[in-house]
Amino acid sequence: MGSTAIEQENGGIHWRDLALRLASLAGILVVLCLLWEGFKWVGEATDLAIGAFRVNDETFPHIHSIVGQLFEPSRRNGPLLIDVLGHAALFTAKEALVGFLLGASIGFGIGVLLAHSRLLQRGFLPYIVASQTIPILAIAPMVVVWLGGRGFPGWFSVSVIAAYLTFFPVTINSLRGLTSVDPRALELMRSYAASPLEILWKLRIPTSLPYLFAALKIAATACVVGAIIGELPASIQEGLGGAILNFNQYYSLEPESLWATNLIAALLGIGFYLVIAGVERLVVRRAPEHVG
Amino acid sequence: MSDQAVVSLKGVDKEFGTGGVVALQGIDLDIGEREFVSLIGPSGCGKSTLLRIMGDLIQQTHGDVVVNGKPPHQARLDRDYGIVFQDAVLLDWRTVAKNIALPLEMMGWNRQRRADRVRELLDLVELSGFEGHHPWQLSGGMQQRVSIARALSFDPPLLLMDEPFGALDEMTRERLNLELLQIWEASKSTVVFVTHSISEAVFLSTRVVVMSARPGRIVGLVDIDLPQPRTIETREEARFAELTRDVRRLLREGGGFDAAEPTDEEEYIVAEEGL
Amino acid sequence: MSTVVEPIPRGTLGRRIGRGFQDWIPAVVVFVAGIALWEGLVRGLDIQNFLLPPPSDITQTLWTERDTLWSAGWFTFQEALGGWLIGCSAGVLVALVLARWRRLATALMPYAIAANAIPIIAFAPITNNWFGTLNQTSKMVIAAVLCFFPVLVNTIRGLTSVRPQQLELMRSYAAGELATFRRVRFPNSLPYLFTGLKVGTVLAMIGAIVGDYFGGSQDALGIQIRRQAGVFAFTEAWAAIVVASILGIAFYAAVSVAERLAMSWHPSMRGAAD
Repeated sequence: MGSTAIEQENGGIHWRDLALRLASLAGILVVLCLLWEGFKWVGEATDLAIGAFRVNDETFPHIHSIVGQLFEPSRRNGPLLIDVLGHAALFTAKEALVGFLLGASIGFGIGVLLAHSRLLQRGFLPYIVASQTIPILAIAPMVVVWLGGRGFPGWFSVSVIAAYLTFFPVTINSLRGLTSVDPRALELMRSYAASPLEILWKLRIPTSLPYLFAALKIAATACVVGAIIGELPASIQEGLGGAILNFNQYYSLEPESLWATNLIAALLGIGFYLVIAGVERLVVRRAPEHVG
Repeated sequence: MSDQAVVSLKGVDKEFGTGGVVALQGIDLDIGEREFVSLIGPSGCGKSTLLRIMGDLIQQTHGDVVVNGKPPHQARLDRDYGIVFQDAVLLDWRTVAKNIALPLEMMGWNRQRRADRVRELLDLVELSGFEGHHPWQLSGGMQQRVSIARALSFDPPLLLMDEPFGALDEMTRERLNLELLQIWEASKSTVVFVTHSISEAVFLSTRVVVMSARPGRIVGLVDIDLPQPRTIETREEARFAELTRDVRRLLREGGGFDAAEPTDEEEYIVAEEGL
Repeated sequence: MSTVVEPIPRGTLGRRIGRGFQDWIPAVVVFVAGIALWEGLVRGLDIQNFLLPPPSDITQTLWTERDTLWSAGWFTFQEALGGWLIGCSAGVLVALVLARWRRLATALMPYAIAANAIPIIAFAPITNNWFGTLNQTSKMVIAAVLCFFPVLVNTIRGLTSVRPQQLELMRSYAAGELATFRRVRFPNSLPYLFTGLKVGTVLAMIGAIVGDYFGGSQDALGIQIRRQAGVFAFTEAWAAIVVASILGIAFYAAVSVAERLAMSWHPSMRGAAD
């Protein structure tokens, strides 16, 4: 609430802040590892049971064995697991990125369109909202078949699925942002005889940036999820979705591999998010002053 | 006026942070029972800070503060004052009646007693019939009246008001000024009133305290000897114009009409209170 | 001297309902037009009948298969509902605890937000291994984890974004932490809480249905959809999708109704000037 006017805003990186952030991140990770191992220890000692769930090395491997597994070969005489997962992650990242860009542009475009007409909003908004209740996975096989029939590569279908998950938050938030302009600022622009396009560019869009970035951060996660899940009906082996299915089959033999895959998938999701958050920091600082 | 001061300030200084901004310097002031004292000064002169020191919402850096014969902390715990802000600060999820009853609920009054008191107060601020309304259904002036009713609900000896009519238009303001004086008369309380407006200060008060630009010091005190009760006509009397001139002159002496510096008083207050 | 009573800006009940109906007309128009267009195109152009069946066929299948669809829907909805209840309660509890130590809450927020970026669905195979693939619990856990973070983040925001002057007011009443919480922080947080709960309904449904994709009981909706699509019985697959949609919308709507009841005082509920 009270931002202290006492502090001055310096440009550039505050090294002390950065060190503090890294230290707290390390701290959190240590705490999480302790909680994990602690739970494992207690669960095994007390023979904890929740339904069919028991705590043992298969259901709850040690953290060090999960991390250690990354540096084991994934197959006899094959490349290291971390190599395999790295490639898979890059593959999935590509799908996710294309989906993100596609979904974000379409979403923003729809937002701009709807922002200019109350009627269009009332007509289409309920369906846009309802579209998210259609389980993406359900239409995924059909999307794959349809696009495949038109000569698109399998990974593109995955991107389309990722885009489907992306466009919704972007549309809703762009609409909110574009229409939340201060009416007095609008009056000001009109007094300058500004055209609708000028108003859009100089006023509505800068005003909508915070909302847009909030949506983009949600979309960053959504497109990674869409990419991973979308790979399943498309039967794509090279990505993280394929890796998950693959290691799921060998779970009882090698549970650590599946956990390691999930770890990499988690890092991918967080990575996307951090990139967007970083871009936000740059762009919003350079954004022109809001009028009013 | 009795000798017992309701508020007594001696050598009060306020510095925000060490080596930071000096908001108040050497404030000596005694406010007697049933006085209506206005604090007036340029933006950032520390008048809001001073009000909050009286209310134990901020601590002074140096000096002695006695409120109702006790340290301000005790006065707050004993609920010796009611406070009214510029913003009505009503709770959106409560009706008018429940808003007024808020402090009474916290003081453990039973339902019947609360209902009776709320009815009394609604009469006093001329809002009878609005008990079931919600704040967003009321105009700004009406919301402020609810805020005043709430501050008076537990009949405190002291009323602290921080520019309560600042956000209202002039006509509503003048009307509410009259109402406030009637309420003051009826409740027999002591009022400390912060304002920007010279005419409002002169119209309402028994005494006007003029403060200087930052660091805030008391430039002068003006006794307002206009007859009570004040009426619409009071503003047109020659004496009114003279007193206004006196206040204005003191303000000028205190640098009130010099180019204003950007003021962060509110941010300092919020930061200090840890809100 | 009496004061003139200012006018109250408030619509009458009749006007408000009338305005509500008017708002929905464009949506209804689009719906009818959309369905008609769909039917017309698919029948007229005879395109991809197998991929995108005409609405009339889907409706027919909805009726003929209603028993299977209903039980599958109910099975899956139980997973979503259970997960939602667990995840939201956990989120609110942790938020209440964290809000007590505000410094800790603001310090942990960025991590909670980042943790939300983890693809939780990818953990479905693991929960399947834990609780059994056919068991509803495995999907419930996924749904619960999906709900937890949004509810946590939103509730903390609500509890901590109180206007300073309201806190000053409570201070002036010498109110303790508990009283301030009860009378100011908690009511203030309700709009944020409900936002989190509504987001949770969508996420829980997704978790339940998509979680099935990594393996689940034949009784579940997600498995039904996958199976029907796998044998190219797209009409049946779309019928199941419609059921999933309806359930999702109903879940969201139910929470919205609860929101309206709990927060009848909120400006956004009053339907005042648009």
